[in-house]
Amino acid sequence: MTGVEMDDLLREFGRDQKHLTQILHKVQAEYGYIPPQAIRWIARHVNTTENEVYGVLTFYNAFRLRPGGKHLVTVCQGTSCHVRGGARIFDEMKKELGVEPGETTSDRMFTLETVNCFGCCAIGPTVVINGTYFSQVSVEDVHSIIAEYRKRK
Amino acid sequence: MLTHPSQLTAWKARILEESPVPKKTVVVSNGTCGRASGSLAIIEAFGQELERRDLRETVGLEVTGCHGFCELEPNIVIYPEGIYYGRLKPEDVPMVIEKTILKNKVVDPLVYADPKTGRRYALQKDIPFYRKQMRLLTEDNLRIDPNRIDDYVLADGYQALAKALFDMTAEEVIREIDAAGLRGRGGAGFPTGKKWEFCRNESADRRYIICNADEGNPGTYMDRSILAANPHSVIEGMIIGAYAIGAAEGYIYVRMEAPQAVRQVTIARDQARKFGLLGKSILGSEFHFDIQIVEGAGAFVCGEETSLMSSIEGRRAVSRQRPPFPAQSGLWGFPTNINNVETWANVPLIIKRGAEWYSQIGTSKSKGTKIFSLVGKIRHAGQVEVPMGIKLREIIYDIGGGIKDGKKFKAVQTGGPAGGFLPAEFLDLAMDYDNVVQAGSTMGSGGMIVLDETTCMVDLARHYMHFTQEESCGKCVPCRVGTRQMHDILVRITRGEGEEEDLARLEDLGDSIRVASLCGLGQSAPNPVLSTLRHFREEYVEHIKHKKCGARVCKELISLPGQEARPTDRKAKKLKHD
Repeated sequence: MTGVEMDDLLREFGRDQKHLTQILHKVQAEYGYIPPQAIRWIARHVNTTENEVYGVLTFYNAFRLRPGGKHLVTVCQGTSCHVRGGARIFDEMKKELGVEPGETTSDRMFTLETVNCFGCCAIGPTVVINGTYFSQVSVEDVHSIIAEYRKRK
Repeated sequence: MLTHPSQLTAWKARILEESPVPKKTVVVSNGTCGRASGSLAIIEAFGQELERRDLRETVGLEVTGCHGFCELEPNIVIYPEGIYYGRLKPEDVPMVIEKTILKNKVVDPLVYADPKTGRRYALQKDIPFYRKQMRLLTEDNLRIDPNRIDDYVLADGYQALAKALFDMTAEEVIREIDAAGLRGRGGAGFPTGKKWEFCRNESADRRYIICNADEGNPGTYMDRSILAANPHSVIEGMIIGAYAIGAAEGYIYVRMEAPQAVRQVTIARDQARKFGLLGKSILGSEFHFDIQIVEGAGAFVCGEETSLMSSIEGRRAVSRQRPPFPAQSGLWGFPTNINNVETWANVPLIIKRGAEWYSQIGTSKSKGTKIFSLVGKIRHAGQVEVPMGIKLREIIYDIGGGIKDGKKFKAVQTGGPAGGFLPAEFLDLAMDYDNVVQAGSTMGSGGMIVLDETTCMVDLARHYMHFTQEESCGKCVPCRVGTRQMHDILVRITRGEGEEEDLARLEDLGDSIRVASLCGLGQSAPNPVLSTLRHFREEYVEHIKHKKCGARVCKELISLPGQEARPTDRKAKKLKHD
């Protein structure tokens, strides 16, 4: 991340704090996380303090201060998935990847995240990997789905 | 660019002239559930097969948002007959074209069969899931490609806006909404007309309106489906509302976990701008209004209106004391009116067809229809739109087809983490705002999670408490600390480490959190626990006294075959706050 890159990226946004979360979305889309060095540029752009930017970005679940793995695995923890056995799927996924939510595997292949509901409750339990939805996931599916992504490298 | 209301009618006539309705049209449901179940492959298969047979010119292929019957995705409807095929596979496509499209015959193996009676229903409108619904807001989902504003115009879209702008004063619009009896669909059920009036009557040189699309309740997805399937209906409702209230700027705050909704509503907003339906001098009138779309960032508390406004302002989404209410001091201190997606979507309908018509639907105090997400252990999971006042039994058994896998009904959870449970004794409850509250739950935004005997109510209460304590914004102590304490007690109980006094502790904590929390999140957080304690106290007692989980959900309390159950005399850990 360089200052020139940041200037380019921030150009399309106004100089008001109301653009802050949308800027953070954009920065994360670009780098996969919010590089801590970017905070100063962002703060300057929206005329606020670095403290304020840090406070905002750590408040929301969406933003990460560390790079994620190659594949982002998100397991739904919503109520509908829960009553359909979602907790077992989540436990199995933790075992399969060997990480806790928010963590990345040591080979940097997978980052595990949870979400409170994807809104496809009728076909749960749901797992989403890099934006691809897997529905009615069973414990066995967890292994085969992850094996598939491991093969892709 | 439209500069006169009559151009809307001319537009519709031109569409009909330039692209006449084909003899046959295949409509593919392509909402989030559809895509997750393979609808994109179905669309591709139809595209290729129609191409191969040189039918692209004569057979229409329409891709729409959610049709509601999520359980049977991917599904298609073939018009004009309305033939319905569910759980379709790409390899079924050639047969559908060969038989149904070309020879007008029904492909029997693909026809929906009622799992209870075995009866087959070829037509979509005859299927029991659809037959008892009243789809005022969702029926157009079957005809509208959300990428095409033309489809919305064909369905008489933006006619209500023209009527409001040119035939009605702002006061008349408010009176019409008030007379219709529309109440806020976000959960509180506050009369929409009154809310608009409060905001309009505040003297200020600027006012805002907001569409709350931060649909955070787990198990609830009607708002994102409306936005993804028929985004213009929400935008039209907002423009009418802005005209009535006197706002020049509006925001749609939509949750990031619904990417399809974000995408479709942005496309629709840009189209509306292009055609002069948003921006300066809308339809040639003297009214100016524009909409900004703000994508959320994964914080449940943003569904609470004061937090949502903090979030739009680019700050941490912490709630604040009310009053002042948003109508008095909202976004950046200006009067602001917030309504939920479904509320906005009702507005064009009321203006178009009139308050008198609308107020005949529903019960004496709750008018119109309500969309519910019918999910959990239900046979026909999906999105259902029903008139207010319908019996819970009709929703669950007639529309939903009863409980999955031949299990027994235990309760239905309504209102999400802020709501409660309705056990079997409430099956004949007429569903409206006031009745559900009287029965000890809340309608919420329309989540309905059906539970059977394999659901452990203590575990579910723990699940909700885990959720709210994680999502508490942390500003006020009762919510931040109290929900954590309740959660810890519930965790102990589900591990077989509960004490008899825990039940009184939960009730005591719950009462304090309810009374002392700053915003709705905290005030309602104890509800799932208190509700399960009221209706399913024996399950708590079973966990505490007998170290047993009847539903066999709590891992620590299940004895595997050949193993002894864990000892019951295990010493409970001391509570931290004792």
